[in-house]
Amino acid sequence: MRNLKLVPKSGPDTPASTVTGSARKHESSDKHVSGRATYVDDIVEPLGTLYAACGYSTIAKGHIRRLDLSGVYASEGVIAVLEVDDIPGHVDIGPVFPGDPLLTSDEIKYAGQPIFAVAAQSEIQARRAVQKAVIEYESREPMLDVTRALRERSFVRPSHHMQRGDHKSAIEQAPLTLSAEQHVGGQEHFYLEGQAALAIPAEDGGMLVYSSTQHPSEVQKVVAEVLNVPANRITVDMRRMGGGFGGKESQGAPWACMAALLASKTGRAVKMRLPRCDDMPMTGKRHPFYNQYQIGFDLQGRLLGAQISVTGDCGHSPDLSDAIVDRAMFHADNAYFIPDVSIDGHRCMTNTVSHTAFRGFGGPQGMMIIERAMDDIARVVGRDPLDVRKLNLYGGAGRDMTPYHQQVEHNLLPELINQLEESSNYRTRRAEIAEWNSNSRVLKRGLALTPVKFGISFTLQHLNQAGALVHIYTDGSIQLNHGGTEMGQGLHTKVIQIVAEALSVSPEAIQITATRTDKVPNTSPTAASSGTDLNGQAARDAALTLKKRISECVAEQKGVSIEQVRFESDRVFWSDADSFSFAEAAQLAYVNRVSLSATGYYRTPKIWYDREQAKGRPFFYFANGAAVSEVVIDTLTGEYRVLAVDILHDVGRSLNPAVDLGQIEGGFIQGMGWLTTEELKWNAEGQLISNSPANYKIPAISDTPPRFNVNLFTRDNEEETVYRSKAVGEPPFMLAISVWSALRDAISSLSSYRVSPALDTPATPERVLKAVMETREKAAQGGAQ
Amino acid sequence: MIRFLLNDRLVSVEECSPSLTILEYLRTTEVQRGTKEGCASGDCGACTVVVAEPDGDQLRYTSLNSCITFVGTLHGKQLLTVEHLESAGELHPVQQAMVDWHGSQCGFCTPGFIMSMFALYKSGDAVNRASIERALAGNLCRCTGYRPIIDAALSLAGKGAEDCFSEREVDIYARLQKIREEWPSGSLKQGDRLFFSPTNSDELAALLQSHDSAQLVAGGTDLALGVTQQLKQPGVLIYTGLVKELTDIEVYDDHLLVGGGVSYARLEPVLEAHLPAFSQLLERLGSLQIRNQGTLAGNVANASPIGDTPPVLLALAARVHVRSGNRCEVIDIDQFFTGYRQTALPDAGFIEQIEIPLKADYRLHVFKVSKRLDDDISAVCAAFSLKVEAGIVTDARLGFGGMAATPARALKAEQALIGQRFDEAGIAAAQAALENDFSPIDDVRATGSYRMQVARNLLLRAVLEQNNDQAEPLEVVQYA
Repeated sequence: MRNLKLVPKSGPDTPASTVTGSARKHESSDKHVSGRATYVDDIVEPLGTLYAACGYSTIAKGHIRRLDLSGVYASEGVIAVLEVDDIPGHVDIGPVFPGDPLLTSDEIKYAGQPIFAVAAQSEIQARRAVQKAVIEYESREPMLDVTRALRERSFVRPSHHMQRGDHKSAIEQAPLTLSAEQHVGGQEHFYLEGQAALAIPAEDGGMLVYSSTQHPSEVQKVVAEVLNVPANRITVDMRRMGGGFGGKESQGAPWACMAALLASKTGRAVKMRLPRCDDMPMTGKRHPFYNQYQIGFDLQGRLLGAQISVTGDCGHSPDLSDAIVDRAMFHADNAYFIPDVSIDGHRCMTNTVSHTAFRGFGGPQGMMIIERAMDDIARVVGRDPLDVRKLNLYGGAGRDMTPYHQQVEHNLLPELINQLEESSNYRTRRAEIAEWNSNSRVLKRGLALTPVKFGISFTLQHLNQAGALVHIYTDGSIQLNHGGTEMGQGLHTKVIQIVAEALSVSPEAIQITATRTDKVPNTSPTAASSGTDLNGQAARDAALTLKKRISECVAEQKGVSIEQVRFESDRVFWSDADSFSFAEAAQLAYVNRVSLSATGYYRTPKIWYDREQAKGRPFFYFANGAAVSEVVIDTLTGEYRVLAVDILHDVGRSLNPAVDLGQIEGGFIQGMGWLTTEELKWNAEGQLISNSPANYKIPAISDTPPRFNVNLFTRDNEEETVYRSKAVGEPPFMLAISVWSALRDAISSLSSYRVSPALDTPATPERVLKAVMETREKAAQGGAQ
Repeated sequence: MIRFLLNDRLVSVEECSPSLTILEYLRTTEVQRGTKEGCASGDCGACTVVVAEPDGDQLRYTSLNSCITFVGTLHGKQLLTVEHLESAGELHPVQQAMVDWHGSQCGFCTPGFIMSMFALYKSGDAVNRASIERALAGNLCRCTGYRPIIDAALSLAGKGAEDCFSEREVDIYARLQKIREEWPSGSLKQGDRLFFSPTNSDELAALLQSHDSAQLVAGGTDLALGVTQQLKQPGVLIYTGLVKELTDIEVYDDHLLVGGGVSYARLEPVLEAHLPAFSQLLERLGSLQIRNQGTLAGNVANASPIGDTPPVLLALAARVHVRSGNRCEVIDIDQFFTGYRQTALPDAGFIEQIEIPLKADYRLHVFKVSKRLDDDISAVCAAFSLKVEAGIVTDARLGFGGMAATPARALKAEQALIGQRFDEAGIAAAQAALENDFSPIDDVRATGSYRMQVARNLLLRAVLEQNNDQAEPLEVVQYA
C-alpha cells in the first residue's frame, strides 16, 4: 500500500549533507502522540481568566428591532458584556475591503452574524448567558440563490474579465460546440481545533493574544484597531494550530478581537473558544460556485475557443473574495491550452456567512468547469476522456499561453501524465472495467485521469515577502523564528531542515519557537502554499548571514582566508584537520563581539500582474500533478466507493518526502470529501442546517481507497526556489477531481458512454442516483448529451 | 460518591454536576489537556479515552468519547488518557508507530487516534485493515487522508498486547474489584441535582419511582448531546450500566433476550451468530466508541425516527419487556413507538430486556443508506423479514427508518407483497404501495423523493440478493 520513492539528489544546488531531502519526522510528532503539544485552548490560564461566548443572529437579513440583554447581564457568573457601542476603535474588521462589522446592533446580513459577546467565570456560564438574550428582528427576504444574485447583479466586488484572441468567432466557426453549467458546492473547513483566542492584558493598553490563526500580523492589526491603540502594543503568539486549511486566514480575527476587547474592559485575561456548534454557523466556508461554459472544438476533441464564466457565491461581504474569484479565473484553463478564450469572474453577494479562503483558494472551483468540458467533449467525439485531455494539454508550438498571458514554461505535464498512464495501467483497466460493467447489473465502475496545473504565488504581489529571525546562543544552540505558522503542514519541520542545511548542523540543535509578531513583524498569512517558499528562503538568508559572520571571525582569528572556513557536521573547519565544534565557534564569535542574531528576508522575483489589462505573470511557477481514480457506484441507491487511486505529483526536489507525501495524500482525501460527501445546506430562512459533524460528513478512515499509490515526480524546480523545491500545500487537493470524473464515467457507462451526465457537487449518493436515472432516460431516448 | 482510578491514582468525587462529562473533568478539574474537544457531540473522536474494567478474570479496555460520557459512569473503572501511555520516558508502541509512520500532522486528532489504537492493541484482536477501520472509524482526521495512520496501525500487527499496562494489570484489577466490593454503587450530587448508579433492578425501579423527573442513562450517547449542545441541566440521572440484571444476553432456540444495559459492542458477536444481517448493520451504527457505550434498549427507548435498530426490530417482531415499580409487561414493538420520540414506556418504567425472535424460515435483509459509509446517520434504513415459499411471499414485515416521524412498518407494502412472486415483477405493487405508507420529508440528509426512490429500490435489492446465484456483488460495501 505504501509506495514512496525517495528523491534522488542531483543538480546545481545539491546540498552537501542530506538534511533537506530526508523524511524527517514532524518536529512536534512526539508531542502530538503524547498529548504534550499545546494548542491555544490548552494553555494554562492566568489567575482570574474569564471565558467568552458570542450571541449571534438567527435571521439572515433584516434589522434588530429590540435587543434586550438584561437577562445576559444578570446571568450567573457574568462579569462583562460587549456590545458594538463598547468598541473604542474600528468596528469593521474586513481584511481587505470593509464589510465585516465585529458586532452589530442594527443591520443583519446573515444568520450567524455576531451581535454581542459575554465574559463569564466559566465557559458554560458564558454560553448559558448568551441563551438569555432577547432579540427581536425585523426580517426581510434573504438573497440565497447565487443564480438570482448573478441575474440581479448583486455583487460584493466588481466583475473581472480575461481575454485572449477572439473566442466568439472561434466558437462560431468550430465544427462542434457545447454549452453547459454546473454548481460546485462549498466546503466547511472542519479543522479539528475550532477557532480560539486567549487575550491577556499588558501594560500601556497593550495585549498579548494567543490566537489560532494563519495570519498573526493581521490579528495584531485588527486587535490594535478595535482597541484603538498602536500596533506596537499588541503581540500575537501562535505556536501551532489544530488545522487551518484557509479557515484561519481571516476567520481567526473576530474571536481574538472580542477576547481582547473583553480583556481590555475587565482587566482580566479572556479566552474565547468557539464550540463546534457555534464555529460551523459563524465562520466562512469555501465558496460555492456557479460556472458556465460555451466551447467550440474539432472532431478530434481539440478545443478551439471557449467562453467561461465562474461565479463565486461570496456570502455577505468581500472578505478575500476578490482574490479567490481571480484565482478561480486563473485556473479555469487548468492544464489546457485554449486558443481563443474569454473568462469572466463574478462575485455574488448572498445573505450567508462570508465565504473565505480554503485550500486552493478558488482554484479548485475554477478547474471544475474545464474538467467538466473535457469529459463532455469526449462523449461527443466518442473518445476516451484521457485522450481528449492529452490532446488539449499545454505544449507544442504556439500552445503555451494562458488566458492571462503568462507563458507556461517548464511544462512537465505531458511527460508526467504519460508516466502515470503507464504506471497505473490505465488502458488495461479501462478495458477490464468495460468488460466487468457489462456483466454487472447493479454496480458499475468508472475510471478517470485528471491533471492539475496550479499557479504558485500570492496573486496580490506584496504578500510575496517573508522575514525570519535566527539566534545562535553561546552554547551553540540555535533558536529559529519566522513569519510562517504551523498548522500541521510540516512548515516548521522543513524550515528547521533548511536552516540545519545552511549551517551544516543537525536539526536537533535548532529550536523553533512560536510565531510572534514581536519577533518577525509585518508578515503575510501562511497561505497560498507559499509557507516554505517564502519563509524557508528568509530563514536561509538569516542563517547564511550568521554563517558569514562566524566564518569571518574564525578566518580572522585563525589567520586563514574566509574561503578556507567550512561548516560541516556540526563543526567549523579552518583547515582540513582543524576545527571547532559549532558551540566553540559560537563562543569565539561572542567573545570577539560578533552579533549572533540575524534577520532574514525574501521577496519572490519575476512576478507581476496588470489587473486592468488582465495580463502578466502572476505566478513564479506552476506545480503539477495527475491522478487516476477508480470508483464503483450502486445504481439502486447512488452509493459509491473509491476503489483505487494512483497519483504522480510534482514537488520539485522534495525537502521532506514524508511531509510532501502527507500533503498530497491529505489534500487528495480532503478534495475527495469536498466533491463527494461534504454537503453544505442552508434552509429557506438562510440558516445553515449542515451545522454539525453529525450531518456534515468529512471522509472517515474507511473512505481512504484500499489501493492508494502516491509517487513524487522528482525533478528540480527550474526556478530558483529554496533548494529547488516546489510548494505542495494546495495543488494535490485538486487531484480529487479525478474522483468526480470517475463517478461521471461510471454513470456514463449506463449509456455506453454516449451521455455525459450532469453531476453537480458534492456528488452525494442522492445526486449520483439522480444522474443515474437521468442518464438511463437519455440513453433510452437514444440521444447523446 | 464515585471512585475510580485515573491511571493509577484513586479519585473520589462527591460534589459535582451529575452531567459533568469526562472531557470537562479532565480538562478543567484535572487540567490534563492532552485529551481534546473537537466537536463535543461524539462525532470526531478527538476526545477518545480508554476505560478499563474487570471482565471475567481480566481487564477489558474499551474506547469511548469522553465528550459525551458522564463522569458518574466511571465508578469502579480505570480511566486512561493519552498522557498515561508513556512509561519511563518511552513512548508506548502505538505512539511510536504513529511517529515512525508520520501519522500526525496538525496533531489535534492524534490523542484520540492514539487511544483508539491503544484499545485495539489491548483487545488482542487481530490487527488488519478491517479491524483498524472498525477501531478508528470514529476518529476523524482532516490532515493526513488516513493512509499513514492505517500503516502505523498495521505495523502493530502480531506485536501482541504486552506493554507497561500488562505488568500492572493484576494490581489494577484487584484495586477495581476492591472498589466494587466495598462501594457497589456510586452517586454524585450538586444541590438538588443527582446522579445514581444502582446495581440491581429493584433499586433501579425504586429510584425511578422516587424521582419523577429522573432520566435514564444507558450509553447516554444521545442524552449527553442535550447537555453539550443545548446546555440542558438534567436534574436526576440514573445510570443503568451497573445494574446486574440488565447486562445479560440470553440465547434460546427461537429467540434472544437482550438486557437493557447491553452495549452494541457486546451484542454484535451474538447477532453475528444468529442474525448476521443485523450484525452487519451494527458495524455501521455510529463508531466503535459509540457502540461501546450505546445500547439496543437506549436506541429503542429514544424512539428517534432515524435510529438504526428499530426498523430491524420492527421487521423481526421484537417484544419489549418493561418494568415499572414491581409491574412488568411485554409490549410488541409495533405498539411501542407512539409518536415522534414518544413511546409506550410506562411512567417510571425502564426496559429490562428486548426479545428478538429467531425464525429459521424467514430471511432477513437489512440495508442502511447514508452519505458516508461509516459513522453516519441513515437517510433510509430498511429491514425486511420475509418468508418465501415456492417463490411466493407468504409473510412479510418491512421496517423502515427515515421515512416517517417514527420508525415504522410499511403495512400497505407488506400486504401488496404477500401472495406475490418474489421477483422483479412481483414486487412492483409493493414498491408502488410505499407511496401510500410514507410521505418522507426533505432534511439535511436527503430529500423525501430520494428516500422514496431508495426505499422502492431496496425492495428490488432484496429480490436480487435472494436470487443472487452468481454471487454478484450488489452493494458497494461488499466490493473492495
